[in-house]
Amino acid sequence: MAVATVPPFERFYEAHNGEVLAFLRHRAGRDRADDLFQETFLRALRAYGRLEHGEHLRAWVMTIAANTLVDAARRERPQAELAADLAIDLGGDDPRPAFEELAPLTDALPPKERAAVVLRYGYALDYDEIGAALGSSEDAARQAASAGVRRLRKEKGAQ
Amino acid sequence: MSDIATGVPATLDLRFRAAAAATGELDVAYDVLDDTPVGKLLVGVSDRGLCRVHFDPDPERELEDLARRFGPRVLRAPAALDDVRRELDEYFEGRRHAFDLPLDLRAAPEFHQRVLAELARVEYGHTTTYGALAARVGAPKAARAVGTVMNRNPVPIVLPCHRVVGASGSLTGYGGGLDRKEWLLRLEGALL
Repeated sequence: MAVATVPPFERFYEAHNGEVLAFLRHRAGRDRADDLFQETFLRALRAYGRLEHGEHLRAWVMTIAANTLVDAARRERPQAELAADLAIDLGGDDPRPAFEELAPLTDALPPKERAAVVLRYGYALDYDEIGAALGSSEDAARQAASAGVRRLRKEKGAQ
Repeated sequence: MSDIATGVPATLDLRFRAAAAATGELDVAYDVLDDTPVGKLLVGVSDRGLCRVHFDPDPERELEDLARRFGPRVLRAPAALDDVRRELDEYFEGRRHAFDLPLDLRAAPEFHQRVLAELARVEYGHTTTYGALAARVGAPKAARAVGTVMNRNPVPIVLPCHRVVGASGSLTGYGGGLDRKEWLLRLEGALL
């Protein structure tokens, strides 16, 4: 199958803006969602020229939205509280917040697994929400996240 | 419009589009002018200047074409087109005889750029012929090739290919249709 070319940004934006806004409203409330919406698509715009193909754009932009939420929460909330809220066990005993651990670690994962891992462990979304974000079922989202974690553990073990 | 199509409120949508244009990160910002005297026009600007004026645009094809020529960051961003809209309005009202907009012709082949540079010197209310324009770029036998350049003019109206007519004085052809060519020449008083 041919790899999809990167569509004009207008098409990308029109295709995903409603879903991104709904996600941000659900997670951050109506009032804060507007700023986060703009920030999400400005981040996407900055990175868009470097995309090499048009695959998984939905998972990509939902990951950006989730990261934007995390960054906003980090600015607004005391670090300790956030760390407690987001801390996860990836097999390490480092108490840093999940997203700090995840961001560099997940770079090498396939896009869908990366999105599932970041959404699940970086922002504690439920699997049905992750499934909705990735355009797949709850089960598929669960499988993508656990496949991602397995892969991370394996890489960690190999180091 | 976008409110219905996408579920994003129009104010939020427009705010993002304006912010995107302000970053300077867009390859092309465009808008569709729905009700000009010559019908619907798609206009696009890059960071260097006006790069597209298109009659009766089919947005799907136009966006693909702009993305291929200039890069994928193509977004409808009306705020970035304020100068273009104003100068075109003034022109259509007969108050402007020359455009001050910077142009971006880098996507055109070299020969086209030379011909378009000569075309820019044909003044408001005057006409020239394909052959005369060919002679002015040093290719007197290339009248037909000049016709092709006119047909592919990326910024019609602003670069006045409507002022180029056949040797017999007939209007010959126009990418936007002969009716529009006639209307523009009448506006300029070049046709009675």
